[in-house]
Formats: sequence, structure tokens, C-alpha cells
Amino acid sequence: MEFFERFAIPHPSPIIYASMVAIGITLLAIIAGLTFFKKWGYLWREWLTTVDHKRIGIMYLISALLMLFRGGVDALMMRAQLATPEAQLLDSQHYNEIFTTHGVVMIIFMAMAFIIALMNFVVPLQIGARDVAFPRLNALSFWLYFMGAMLFNLSFVIGGSPSSGWTSYFPLAGNEFSPSVGTNYYMIAIQIAGIGTLITGINFIVTILKMRAPGMKLMKMPMFTWSALITNLIITFAFPVLTVALAMGTMDRLFGTQFFTTGNGGMDMLWANLFWVWGHPEVYILVLPAFGIYSEIISTFAKRNLYGYKSMVASMVIISLLSFVVWVHHFFTMGQGAMVNSIFSITTMAIAVPTGIKIFNWLFTLYKGSIRFTVPMMYSLGFLPIFTIGGVTGVMLGMSAADYQYHNTMFLVAHFHLVIIPGVVFAMLAGLTYWWPKMFGFMLNERIGKWAFWFISVGTCVAFFPMFISGLDGQARRMYTYSESTGFGFWNMLSFVGAVALAIGFIIIVYNIYYSTRYASRDIGSDPWDARSLEWATHTPVPEYNFATIPEVDSSEAFWDSKYNGHKLFKGKLKEIHMPNNSGVPFIMSALFFVLGFSFIFSIWIGVIVSLLGICACLMHRSFEKDHGRHISLEEVEKTESELRGGK
Amino acid sequence: MKIKWMILAAILTVLTVLTGCEPLAVLDPKGPQAQTQADVILLSIAIMSFIVIAVFAILIYMLVKYRASKQPEDYKPPHIEGNFWVEAICVGIPVLIVAYLSFVSVESNYKVEATPEGYDEEPLVVYASSSDWKWHFSYPEENIETLNYLYVPTDRPLEFRLYSYGPISAFWIPQLGGQKYAMADMVTTLHLAADVPGEYSGRNANFSGEGFAEQTFNVNAVSPDEFDEWVEEVQTTADPITEDEFEELLEPGHLGQQTFTGTHLEFMPAPEGEHGGHNHGGESEESHEEHSDQSDDEHSDHSEHDHDH
Repeated sequence: MEFFERFAIPHPSPIIYASMVAIGITLLAIIAGLTFFKKWGYLWREWLTTVDHKRIGIMYLISALLMLFRGGVDALMMRAQLATPEAQLLDSQHYNEIFTTHGVVMIIFMAMAFIIALMNFVVPLQIGARDVAFPRLNALSFWLYFMGAMLFNLSFVIGGSPSSGWTSYFPLAGNEFSPSVGTNYYMIAIQIAGIGTLITGINFIVTILKMRAPGMKLMKMPMFTWSALITNLIITFAFPVLTVALAMGTMDRLFGTQFFTTGNGGMDMLWANLFWVWGHPEVYILVLPAFGIYSEIISTFAKRNLYGYKSMVASMVIISLLSFVVWVHHFFTMGQGAMVNSIFSITTMAIAVPTGIKIFNWLFTLYKGSIRFTVPMMYSLGFLPIFTIGGVTGVMLGMSAADYQYHNTMFLVAHFHLVIIPGVVFAMLAGLTYWWPKMFGFMLNERIGKWAFWFISVGTCVAFFPMFISGLDGQARRMYTYSESTGFGFWNMLSFVGAVALAIGFIIIVYNIYYSTRYASRDIGSDPWDARSLEWATHTPVPEYNFATIPEVDSSEAFWDSKYNGHKLFKGKLKEIHMPNNSGVPFIMSALFFVLGFSFIFSIWIGVIVSLLGICACLMHRSFEKDHGRHISLEEVEKTESELRGGK
Repeated sequence: MKIKWMILAAILTVLTVLTGCEPLAVLDPKGPQAQTQADVILLSIAIMSFIVIAVFAILIYMLVKYRASKQPEDYKPPHIEGNFWVEAICVGIPVLIVAYLSFVSVESNYKVEATPEGYDEEPLVVYASSSDWKWHFSYPEENIETLNYLYVPTDRPLEFRLYSYGPISAFWIPQLGGQKYAMADMVTTLHLAADVPGEYSGRNANFSGEGFAEQTFNVNAVSPDEFDEWVEEVQTTADPITEDEFEELLEPGHLGQQTFTGTHLEFMPAPEGEHGGHNHGGESEESHEEHSDQSDDEHSDHSEHDHDH
């Protein structure tokens, strides 16, 4: 029995028991459903083994939405606990676990997955490619991410969740102050997902650099592709730092090394530095693709080309460089002195300049346009004012002397939520609504979508503006309770109301998906928004080879030019098409990574050895395998094409 | 869209009004450092509001003027590449603003990182150390130690030497000035001063585990005479602190306010100089400070010895 004791939850509560039951029932239901409808084969052939970037994108999307709800429930519980002074809903340990998992889930498993979902689906289409450069690696990326996410969520019911914050500062996260396995989950689940992300980074850089349609010079790429390129460059430079930091942290926790301890020559500040050397670029990894999405949407619905294309590109390049030289602003208060703080204060505020250029370019894209208020456009227009407020408070935080007062307070919490929610979440909802018809062949209901937009944007303001005030009044972040005499009660209640509005907004989105799936028209053609870039030039639904003939491009808005300016996109004749084969290896290998991670977390060394051997076997299998892909014959292509054209 | 602007405007008004009539701790400074910080905060709010208003104004103008419903059916928006002068202005103005704010930022950095000026007396040195989830305050010159409360004289610079017996904590008294980390393997220095007598609340601002929310302390800022009286009273009435007793105080948990004579520094010195966790022989922060005379000597005496490890 001693062996099994390690899996027990150190701080059990009714919520956790309820989730155990819920997880069990859901799993059983899925297994029973798949068996009953005889869908195991379908699931394996069409999804688990797929290497198609569109399907991988959709799987990322579904996972991201699931994680959004997991992280959202965490957020609601936190706001409910803080809504009144001295509330008893959660005790300290649970509150600490919840804000930790909220941060990790939202950043690593929700936002990252969401942007990678959209990049996966859109980028190859936008550059006129048939898939990404390394389709099988792409599948591996997804499954590593998925297994990492599942492993992390398992912590809730087996062994206990991490509780030292999503930043996991040592020595708090070390064995002395966090003896439970929670932080092992943090170190290892993020590691596994992070390897997947790093692979994505390399994959997309190669894809965008090598696989663009003829004529698409770098400066003729659509803005979303540009943002994806820069984002993946940042990923490739930033994620190795996280990989190393997590590996060192894991060794500290499992093998008694002393990298981040406070004795024996270890240095706790090293973790904070490494974490934020990755962590700050990570912010731009999230927000740059969002900027790309807004660029696409604003120009589509203003019916105008994007204003200042060159300065948009330049500003992203500058942001990506600056993002690596500002990390110290996350701990101005660590005592590095006036000189160091001054340098990082200036680099931090400098980021406002390229970001400002982007804001003004979007505003000028509206100039002389013909603005249609569709749901994606409304998110983009809502983003501009809220993000501006979030952004300028970032400049305020960048003034290091004043940061001594903002740091670790609700003011900071308000700032980064008002950057990330309009900057990333709005963009993802906008992108989801915008590309939904391309993904699924029908449109989301606009009227219901607008309701959701209003709930979410007003909810965001009501939830986070009060935090500026309570922060300036001295409310530190991460406090699970506060006394009535502090006077924080009113502001926190207001935040809770806003959080509920946000939750309603997301429920409306779910309802919208259900409603539109049932009732929306399937007869929407391939270009329902009258859009401008290549992903709309192919059929809906997109055939597995994307484009029967590769388009030829001579501007950043080739599809628009082909519709209105007489540009001919498809010149070549139909030929047989070379496509990659499906493979189950990425899934199996990632499942082995799951076992490896789980064994590491609980120090089950036999599991570690067996799964490592399995992973090596998978790698060797790939090395010795002869797989030249397959060819779709000309007849089949012609058949598919005529069916899709007839379906229009 | 109009409803939204009205809501936003209402929120902004509420924000301004409330900030105006009910002073928020950070904007109600009682000492020079907090004053500097409040000034920087208010200045940056003013400048940033200007930017926010500019963006809002342009956005509203564009949305009202160029909405599709106001355009003729066959209106075709023009193709506009970009304009050098427009973009130069969009870069130029932010650059000027950031340059000005950088100047303010650097100036205020050096202010809050130095002993506040305009006081005749030498700073009062207090070692503030955190343990799960308490604050220990040692007054080496007065030979006094308190738990979870501070007595400080007004009109005299205060020099807090911060360190921790556990996770990273942050020592923060909002009305006297911003926070700084207290860490286990080195000592950081926070310069404050109180101008107005009164009771202020202080807390650990950096999350440090289960009891973090309640890790608070009281600050009594009193006139120099009253402070001397308090010191004398403590020295005559309080019991001396012993190593065993201090070990017990370090156990995780919450405790009320306590007072001792003597300081724990005698038997458990702060992690500075030869006791530092990772002394780099002269690079550590204290050696830059002018006022750390005592520890500085210690420091240079032993720095070579530390290198041998």
C-alpha cells in the first residue's frame, strides 16, 4: 500500500472528489461512445495518426477551448473567494493551487495552443502550401503538447497540484517549501509541452521560409504569416531557455542538485532570471500572432489594404528583438540597484514605440474604409481601446521607481490581464469566428456572437479595472483572503461581477457553436467574408491537398487582386499530388512521454526506464523507416475538384 | 458601439473621482520615497491619459465616419500604402514621450535607491527578516528586536536591510515607499523615511506559501523623542532574546507582536559579508552603499576568504 500512498491528494476537498468522479464518468462515456458507435477505427485513422496541418490545427483548437474552460473555472473560483472579505469558499492551499494552475493552464496550455491552432490551420493555406515542411513533426508537436496538458491536469486528482504560482519561484518551489509532487508536475508537464512548442517553432520557420507560393516574396506575405514567422523565431530562441531552466529545476527537486537552492552555492535569483528570459519573449509569442490576426481582420472588414505594411513588419522585428532585453522588469525589486533598473526601464518603455506604430496603423487602416461590424471586426475594434489602456499601464509599470509600488499588487494583475485578454483572447475569438467557415463549412451566428462579444468586452472592463484601484490601495496579488477593514471588498465584488459576465460570454459562445452547427446554412461558398488573402482562394471544405494547383502571387493581397484587379492565381494544369503518409508513431511516442513524465513525477524509476527505451525505439523506427509518402492520382484530384466546384 | 464608449467613459470617471476623494494608500504618501513614487505615478497617469484619449478620439472618428452603412453602395475604398510623414509623427511623438519618461524614470531610480536627502541625522538601520509568515525587526544600534511591528522615528532616514529565512518575500509599507525583495542568500537594502507620525500597515507582498495573506506588520512612526522613550522602555522591560527562543519563532505559523532586548544578529547573523550565500567579493550590493560602514568593513575583510570556497 505504501506505493499507492504517493498518489493521494495531500489536501482533499469535496470539489476534488467531485472532479475525480466527473473525470471518471467522462472517460467511461467517451470509451463507451466510441465503442458503441464503432468509431475507434475512425478516430485512429482520421485523427490520432493524421499529419494534415488542418486537422492538427483543429485538434489544437479543441484542446485550447477545453483548457480555456478549465482555466476559466479556476478564475471564477478565485474571484468568488475574493468577492467578499474573509470568505470561506476556499482555504489557502486550494486558492494557491488554483491561481497556480490558472496561470499555467491559460498561458501554456490555452493561449499557446490557440495561437498554434490558428497558425497550423491558416499559415500553409495563406502561403499557398500543401502542408507544413515536416508534417510528422507537426503531429509530434501536437501530441507532446496534448500529453503535457493532460499530465498537468491530472495533478488535480492524483498527487496534488502545484501551488507556488505560475512563476514557481525558488526556494518556494523547492523541496523544502513544496514537498508534494505538485511542482514536479509543473516542471515535467511544461517540459513535455515545451518540447512540442519548440518543434513547432522550427517547423514553421522552415515552412514559411521554404514553402511559399511562387512570387510570394517575404515582403509580399500576408501580415498573419509575417507575425507567425517572427513568433516562431522568438519561440526558437526563447524556449530552449525554459527547457534548461525546467531541467535544472527538475534535477533540484528529484536528484538533489543545488542550482536554485539558497545554500551550497545555489542561487534562487537564477531561476527568476531564467524564467523571465523565456517569460517575457513568451508574452510576445502570444501577442504577435494576435497582431497578425487583427491586421487580417481589420483590413478585410474595412475593405482596405493594411496601412503601413512595411512599418508593421519593421515594428514586429523591433518588438521581437526588444522582447529579449527587458526581462529584469519582472523583478525591479530584487535589489539590482538604480543603474540596472534604469537600463531595463528604458528598454521596457521603448517597446511602447513599435507597439504604438501598430495601433496607429490599424487606426489608419480604417481611414477611408468601408467598415462592416461583423463579430471578428467587433473584437478587433474592442481590442484597440482596451489594449491601449492595458499597454499604457505597462509603460507605467516600466518606470522602475514607481514599480516598487505596483509590483506584486492587483495593479499588475489588472495590467497583464488587460493586455492578454484583448491582445490574445479577443484575437483568438476573432480569428476563430473569422476562419470558422473555412474550418467547418458554416458560419457562426452573428447575432449570438455579438451578444457574446458585449458580455466579454464589458465583463473584461468590469473585472479588471477595479484591480487598478485596489492595487494602488495596497492589495497584494495572490492573497487568498483579506480583512474587511482593508476596504478592498467593494472592488473585489465588482471584479467578481465582471468575471461572471465573462463566464456568461463564454457560455454564449458555446451555445453559438451548438446553435450554428444545427441551424447555420452550409451554402456559404469559399469566401463568405469577401476576404483578401490566399486561404480563401481554395474550396470550403478545404481538400486535403489544399490547392489543386499552386497559386502564383505578385502582391500581399493576391486573392483580392484575383477577384477585383484581374490577377490570375491558378495558372498551372492539374497534376498528381505528392502527400505525406499518416503515422501513428507521433501519438505512440507522445503517449510514452506521458508515461515517462508520470513516472518521473512520482519517482517510479522502472517506468522511466521502460518508457525511455520505448521513446528511443520510436526514434530509431523513424530513422530506419522508408516512407516516401503517397501520390494522389490525377483522376482522384479531378474528381475531388469537380465535386467541390459543384458543391459551391 | 456608443453604449460601450459611455460605459468606458463612466468607468474612467468613476476611477478618477474615487482616486480623488478617497486617498489610496500608494497615492497618500507619508514619506519622501513614497512621495517620489506617487509623483511619478501621477505624472505617468497624466501623460498616458493623453495617449489614451488620442487613440480613443481617432478610433471614434474613424468608426463614425467610415462605417459601411454611411457609404454609398458602390463605394470602393482606395489603396493607401502609407505616408512617410504620418508614420514619422506616429514614431516621433511616442519617442519623445518615452524619452521624457526615461529621464524621469532614471532620475527617480537614483532617488529611491539612495538615502533620502534633507535629513541631518544618520539613517536608522533596521534589519528586517521574514520567516514563514512573520517579520523580525532587529535594531542593532538600539539592541532591540521586535516581531511583526516596527517603531520608527520621523524625520530621520531609515535603512532597512532585508533578508529571509524562507521563500522570497517582499517588504512593503505602501505609504512610506515601494517594496523590495527579502531573500535567504543575500541582504538587500531599502531606503525609506517617514515625515508624518502615524500608524501605517506593512506586509509581505511576494507570495510565500500558505500563510502569505496574513504576513502583515504594523508601523508606528513617532517623533524622535517618543522613539527614544520607546527604546528606553523596551530596554528596561523586555526580556532578552535567546537562540532557542528565536529558533522557535522561526517555525512556520503566525504569531502576534513581541518585543525583546538584544538581536538575533548576534547568534544568527544576516547573510551579508562573510555570511552571504554567494559572496562575489565586493560585487554584492551593499558594497556600493555609502552607509553600510560596519558591514562593509566586515565584507572586505573576508571577501578573499570567501573566494576560496
